[in-house]
Amino acid sequence: MYKYDNYDQQMVDTRVAEFRDQVERRLAGKITEDQFKPLRLKNGLYLQLHAYMLRVAVPYGTLNSEQMRMLAHIARKYDRDYGHFTTRQNIQYNWIKLEDAPDILADLATVEMHAIQTSGNCIRNISSDQYAGAAADELVDPRPYAELLRQWSSFHPEFNYLPRKFKFAVIAADEDRAAMRLHDIGIQIVKNDTGEIGARYYAGGGMGRTPMIAPLIRDFVPIAELISYAEAILRVYNRYGRRDNKFKARIKILVHEMGAEPFIAEVEEEFKHLKGLNIDAPAAELERIKAYFADPLFEAGLPDEIDRSDPDFAVWLDQNTHPHKRPGYAVAVISLKPTDGIPGDASSAQIDLMADLAEEYSFDELRVTHAQNIVLPHVKKADLYAIWQKLDAAGLATPNLDLISDIIACPGLDYCSLANARSIPVAQKIAKRFADIDRQKELGELKLKISGCINACGHHHAGHIGILGVDRKGTENYQLLLGGSGAEDVSLAKITGPGFDEDGIVDAVEKVTEVYLGAREEGERFVDTYRRVGIDPFKEALYG
Amino acid sequence: MNILTGNDLKTGDVVWWTGEAWSRHVSDAAEMGENAPDVMAREIAARTVSDCYLVDAERTAEGILPVHIKEKIRATGPTVRPDLKLAPPDPAAGNWVI
Repeated sequence: MYKYDNYDQQMVDTRVAEFRDQVERRLAGKITEDQFKPLRLKNGLYLQLHAYMLRVAVPYGTLNSEQMRMLAHIARKYDRDYGHFTTRQNIQYNWIKLEDAPDILADLATVEMHAIQTSGNCIRNISSDQYAGAAADELVDPRPYAELLRQWSSFHPEFNYLPRKFKFAVIAADEDRAAMRLHDIGIQIVKNDTGEIGARYYAGGGMGRTPMIAPLIRDFVPIAELISYAEAILRVYNRYGRRDNKFKARIKILVHEMGAEPFIAEVEEEFKHLKGLNIDAPAAELERIKAYFADPLFEAGLPDEIDRSDPDFAVWLDQNTHPHKRPGYAVAVISLKPTDGIPGDASSAQIDLMADLAEEYSFDELRVTHAQNIVLPHVKKADLYAIWQKLDAAGLATPNLDLISDIIACPGLDYCSLANARSIPVAQKIAKRFADIDRQKELGELKLKISGCINACGHHHAGHIGILGVDRKGTENYQLLLGGSGAEDVSLAKITGPGFDEDGIVDAVEKVTEVYLGAREEGERFVDTYRRVGIDPFKEALYG
Repeated sequence: MNILTGNDLKTGDVVWWTGEAWSRHVSDAAEMGENAPDVMAREIAARTVSDCYLVDAERTAEGILPVHIKEKIRATGPTVRPDLKLAPPDPAAGNWVI
């Protein structure tokens, strides 16, 4: 994985010193909250429902064990012994003290981490495929390109005050595991007919109050012009994006209102202008970055056979592992969705354990997924049983990847000052209702996503089943949506009708699964059946 | 009735104006009435508490509580982690967890 050079480290260290001074001045009463707020947000420090919340960037979701242990250390020393992994592949701490924040950032800097650009109207953490570098189906590892974009976008002076926040996702497989087309810019690394590597650009996607699927902007940009093309899109957005209305300021609104073709024409014009400016990184720089993402020293000749004699292990093996590109290896996914747990939360002891497992079994690498789970990307199949035993002992072996209880849920009203309703208790009730793993497996792949407000941090628009919490005259109410997907079959979920209370929404979810079981044809997932039969049978069951 | 809340500058803790000082416990909150603008202006100027604002509240058997669920959760802690909830100042006051 990427290692900081002197410039990276100096930038981060300088920012820590700068923020320490800003905090000291704030604590001494020399600056007001209005003056301080934009400064702390530049460092990922929010004031949330109960305390300060710090969001730490995990670039494209990749971590090593030393960094993971640092996340555990911060949870233990400065917070309440746990962290919350987010749908942006980041981690958040919910109980931070302002006076500790500079020390936390200094600790993070010692392991090449920071919280820069995790808030504000700038280019946020670049997200990617959690199986990058390991997946059997990828064209190339997308992370060198994500890293190039990270370097380009970090402290980019022109894009530090965009009309609104801006999110990239970069993938390199046809299977989209990063909700790529629901980003401001989605990039798929592809090969053209002559075998040349390039970038397929999508722009103008997003969730939030106005969900949009990003249209194709350009089918192929030579990889040597990856940055120029991103710059061209950002320049057009920066010039024409609305700044008069926060709710209409995202690029998706601009692309929608301008129309994709006129938007593309503007981008192409800007791209022509940029071509002569040599802003792309030299090929040698990309090669330097790529070297950091070279395959680890995989062993040859490893067996693919796995002893499945322990039935509990076999269930986990079938559900929570993914094909690896090398024989004898697998990708193992650690579910952070135990039945009574909080989606995405892990204690410091669990975080330490996952770091230990990465160091011992996975070439020192971990990934955070946008579905709020953790991945050990390169494990020998022969080690899977030992890994499972250690996970099981720590409450981390829930065998529910991509099943109905593998729920994405935002922090909701339990933690978030923007939320209108709680998400976590609903997730817990649904997980409890469907706790029987055989029942979950019978339902098959079913992506359930819950947001506690219209900002859609819980990706409810992209759920096969989505739930949106709203405030209805001071009471929590939950709308049910069906038919969304963040994958390569991307679609936006539709609201079924009137909302439900907290218990009613759990019953409603059960009812729609029963409709699916009654109507499905051979090999159909929930979302496939929904697309074939339409919303009416589901509405009939819900509202009669 | 209205009560005044904010977040402690150093810790971020939710605090409530008691009439004389800030308390972690909403049950200590004082009804603000016409004093609210003066107190808010003074406390904002003091720069020890951030984001001061007024909250609708009511007297209940358990003492003063915010009316809206968001402020109730804010006053007591996350409903999904009982271990992280703010312990009431008087254990006999009962459990008004949502």
